[in-house]
Order: sequence, then C-alpha cells, then structure tokens
Amino acid sequence: MAVFQFSRRFSSLSSNPLRVCVVGSGPAGFYTAEKMLKAHQRAQVDIIDRLPTPFGLVRSGVAPDHPETKIVVNQFSRVAQNDRCSFFGNVSLGSSISLSELRELYHVVVLSYGAESDRALVVPGEDLAGIHSAREFVWWYNGHPDCKDLALDLKSTDTAVILGQGNVALDVARILLRPTMELATTDIASHALSALEESSIRKVYLIGRRGPVQAACTAKELREVLGIKDLYIHIQEADLLKTPADEEELKNSRIQRRVYELLSKAANSGCSHPRSGQRELHFIFFRKPDRFLDSDDRSGHVTSVRLEKTMLKESDGSGKQIAVGTGQFEDLECGMVLKSIGYKSVPVDGLPFDHRKGVVPNIRGRVVTDTSGDPTQLEEGLYVAGWLKRGPTGIIATNLYCAEETVATISEDLELGVLASTSSLPKPGREGLLQLLDSRNVRVLPFSAWEKINAEEKRLGSLRSKPREKLTTWDELLKVATQ
Amino acid sequence: MFSSRISQLGAQMIKDLRKGPLTSTPGMAYMHVFYNRYFKPLKSQPFSTTAANIAHEEGNEEEKRISVTFVLKNGEKQHIRVPIGMSMLEAAHENDIDLEGACEGSIACSTCHVIVTDVEYYNKLEDPTDEENDMLDLAFGLTQTSRLGCQLIAGPELDGIHLALPAATQNFSI
Repeated sequence: MAVFQFSRRFSSLSSNPLRVCVVGSGPAGFYTAEKMLKAHQRAQVDIIDRLPTPFGLVRSGVAPDHPETKIVVNQFSRVAQNDRCSFFGNVSLGSSISLSELRELYHVVVLSYGAESDRALVVPGEDLAGIHSAREFVWWYNGHPDCKDLALDLKSTDTAVILGQGNVALDVARILLRPTMELATTDIASHALSALEESSIRKVYLIGRRGPVQAACTAKELREVLGIKDLYIHIQEADLLKTPADEEELKNSRIQRRVYELLSKAANSGCSHPRSGQRELHFIFFRKPDRFLDSDDRSGHVTSVRLEKTMLKESDGSGKQIAVGTGQFEDLECGMVLKSIGYKSVPVDGLPFDHRKGVVPNIRGRVVTDTSGDPTQLEEGLYVAGWLKRGPTGIIATNLYCAEETVATISEDLELGVLASTSSLPKPGREGLLQLLDSRNVRVLPFSAWEKINAEEKRLGSLRSKPREKLTTWDELLKVATQ
Repeated sequence: MFSSRISQLGAQMIKDLRKGPLTSTPGMAYMHVFYNRYFKPLKSQPFSTTAANIAHEEGNEEEKRISVTFVLKNGEKQHIRVPIGMSMLEAAHENDIDLEGACEGSIACSTCHVIVTDVEYYNKLEDPTDEENDMLDLAFGLTQTSRLGCQLIAGPELDGIHLALPAATQNFSI
C-alpha cells in the first residue's frame, strides 16, 4: 500500500532520478535535503531518522524556553512536504539497515546523524551516582524517549555542579534555576516540570577551566541566565583581571568581548551576599575537575568534586591560551554533577572514523577512507554534514553553511563523474529501501505519522496552556503515529 | 519628517496585527520585539493619529515604496521596490532573493544577515538593540555595517540603500 502511494509521486521525476538518502533529520539533515533538492532537479531525497519524530536537536536540544529558535521547523516541514522529498522515521542506521545496504540502494548517502554520546572527563569517580552528562539532562527535560527515565535526583541535595560554561551548560543552569512558573507554559516535558517543581536545588556552580575572557557561551544565553528573577549571581572579581594575552584575545573577538562585558557588569552589580533562601548561581573560573568523591553515608553517590586551580598558558604560537593545572586543589560539595564538556559522535559499521577528533574523516563533506586525510582514498557516494562532519559545535545556522558545502561537493563529484551516473547505474532508492524495511518488519513512519504526533501533542498542550505536551515514550509515540 | 516616521511604524504595526499567525508565535520573545519596534518610538503618540495618516497615504501606492538594491552572493545586483514599513527580510522573500530567515524575524537566529554597503546609509539606521547584536555576534562574515534583514524596516530615508548578502564562508569556528 505504502509502495503504491510513493510510486505515484515518481511521475513528476525523470526516469532516472538521482537517489539520495540523508541519515538524520536534524538541522544538518534538513538543510542538506533542501540544498540538494534545489541544486538538483533530478534528485529524489529520502531522510531517515531513528526516532519517530523529525528535527533532531531542534526538538530535543533547544531549550523549551527558546520557542523562537524552534521556528525553523516551519522551513524544515516545507522541505519534507516537497514532492521529491520523503521522511521515514523509526528507521535506525545500523539496526534497521546497514550502511553498506544504504549505499547499494542510493547513489548518494549523506550522514548527518549528529552526536548522540558524550565526551568523557576520564577522571576517577566519574561513574558515581548523581553524575550525568548535560546531554542526558537536556534530553530528559526535552522529552526525548531515551531519557524519560533518567535516574535524576533533584531532591536530596541543594547544590548542583555543572562542568563547562558553554551554551549547553547555561541552558542547564537556567532550567535548574528559573522559576518553574515560567517553565510551565513552555513545551518542557511534564515529568521534568514536576521534578523541577519539587527540586531542592538552589545553588548552581558553573565551572570553567579558563577565565571569563575565554568563556564559551554566547551573549544571548548569558544575558538570559543573568536576568533570571531573584537570582543571586556570584563572580570572583579577581577572576576578571585581564592579562595582555587576554586583551589580545578580546581585541580579536567581538563575541568574547561582549560576553566578558556582561560578566564584568554582573560581577559589579547586585548584593555581596545572597538573602536566605535565595537561589544562587556561581561562576567558577580557572578550575578543572580532578576527581569525584564518594559519599560516606550514601555509598556510591557523589558527595563532592575536587577541583584543581589552573592558570593560562599560551599554546605554542597559536595565540590561543590553554589551561594548565597548578597543583593546588579544593573540594566543592555537591549532590549532583552535570558534565557539559561536549557531545561525541558514534560511528556505525563500515564508516571510517577518527576517534581522536570524534568525526568522520572528510574533505569538504566527502568521506575519505583514511583518517590521515589522503584525498585519493574516497568512499564513493558517501558524504557527511553537521556534527559528524565538523564536530559538535556551532549554532543551527552553522549547519546551513555546512550543508551548502557538502552539497557543493556532491555537485562537483557529479560533474566530474566521480559518482556513478544515474543512467548507467540506476538505483532502487526509495522503493528498494521500503521493500527491504518491510521484509524486516520495520515499522516505517512517514511524515504524515509525525503530523499525527504533532497534532496530538498540540492538543494535549492546549489543555495545559502549553504550546505542546510532548509524548515522551516510544510506546506513546508509536501508538499515536500509527493510529 | 517625524510624523512620516511615525506613520511607517504604524503601518508596519497594523500590518503585523492583521497577520493572524504571527500573533500566535511564542509569547514573550515576540512581544519583546513588538515592544521594541513599535512602542518605544510611539511613547507619546496617541494611536489613532497614526491610523489616520495611513488612510491618507493609501492613495499613492508607488510613492510609498523605496528603491533597494540587493547585491547577491555572485556579485549580481537585484533592484527591487519595497513598500514603506516592510522589513528587508520580507522584501527579499517577496522577490525570491536567497536570504534565509530561519526564525522568521523573531531575532533568534542570524541567517538574515545583510551588509549595508554604504556607511552613510548605515548611519541613518537606529542602533541595533542588544538582542540584535547578540545574534550579529554569531553571523558569518560579520562586518562593521552588518545588520539583520528582519530588523531593517523600509523608510523614506533608506531609499537607494544597497544591501549585500554575505558570501558563504568556510568559517565554522563559532
């Protein structure tokens, strides 16, 4: 039945379409699809995702109190509704279908499945209970079905330590500290809202290895966390002193300059002590985690983090300053730790992978076999975009440029004949994919299934004055999608 | 001059009010934009005055448009006429100019970044708000005369302005 419907669409295409499969439906995937459709009128683009829901981190990464940032899904939905484009959810690369099978079925495979794991600190005690990655915490409050049951305890401690000072760290701090009244009208997952309403956490420490000049956040996120109602902000004034190397860095970066200004302003305003019961946010600079200490009365649970003071040293001639330990230590008591030190991509079978950098070796999006980057060893028809290509940094718009680059590379390869021509080697593409998945009893969920989920979430949300109430379990998602 | 400025603001405002969907975009942020864009300059003006001005001006369509030139990524120039009160992002989209607008004008992205090529025109613009500057921080190929297209509203003083689309860069360092 499904195959019949899809085959009707073929009539609008030439007889030998360029079959393109994009793996992962976050911003990198959708921008790639959009640019491919635009650049190649003969392209037929299928986007697969392991979740029943599209949009990747726009759904499960962007904070619930940033609805404006999510508006981009309107544009992505228009792409999905293009005649030459299809979305297939609940299809997992590696378990539903292998990479080599996909490459057999399609002329072009673009991997844009992001980074679904975390960098590790590799310090003693990292496995203690109470320590989570920020990614898990973010997935939890955003209702990602894989993190609904995260063993998160917000009631046994009043102190949370966040390792890292990037935008994810700031998001996490804001969600922990913001009045829950203000979160109640967002699309935050209801299990997260209830847990936050009962949270006993009122002190949050944001720990950075380097100083305020090098803070990795952006001004918007910083302005927001500093503007939380009735929040005591603490920044050591001594940390704001600048060295000539700092001055040089500031001179060269508008964003660092503006972040630094906001931090200095915050340090110099407000009261010197918190009122009793007031929530507190402490920016701790020049510290790196050395180990986590086990609790005496709750064995196996984190009770504090040992921090080593750091100082900055110029890394050989690059102008960049790196943090080095000074051998001085101090312990910071806390019952919860969130590591916000970066996401990490996970390779699949048959995919060249640079484990040191955590990316697929590529030249402008073209996957190369060898991690040394030998341009002659190409993986024909295989491309990457987004975090898998360049590492887990950047904003949504970064993926736009990233996708443009990958699509330009694909176009170049088509022109140069590096890719098998579509007439000499027709590929089964969509029909072949659906047949194979059908034979494996994979329940493929098209975009219309997502539209059902979307409608149901909005309906549930309207009952609680929320823009949507996310379905947060696989069961619920699949049930609504297949109704 | 002052009153014509007021009337463009009023026109834009009424236009936005008529747009059903926009008013339902997520509350706080949009209201904030809304406030900044309209209410500040209108502080002491009764609203009915502006409405009257608009009605009066409705007669001469072409006079209410300004000339804007977009310099495209390949260097080509595209001349368009933009109704007073319309944002440069909307104007670009109406004329199929390839300017992204991921957040649809809610100052939550930097994809509608344009460069005002002439400093004299740049200086005629009101200074960007903190919110706009926060987004410009993240724009690719930022220059001293960069602005967000969604925050540039066509007014008579901008007649003849040139706006360049930043060439795609390979700078993924942000």
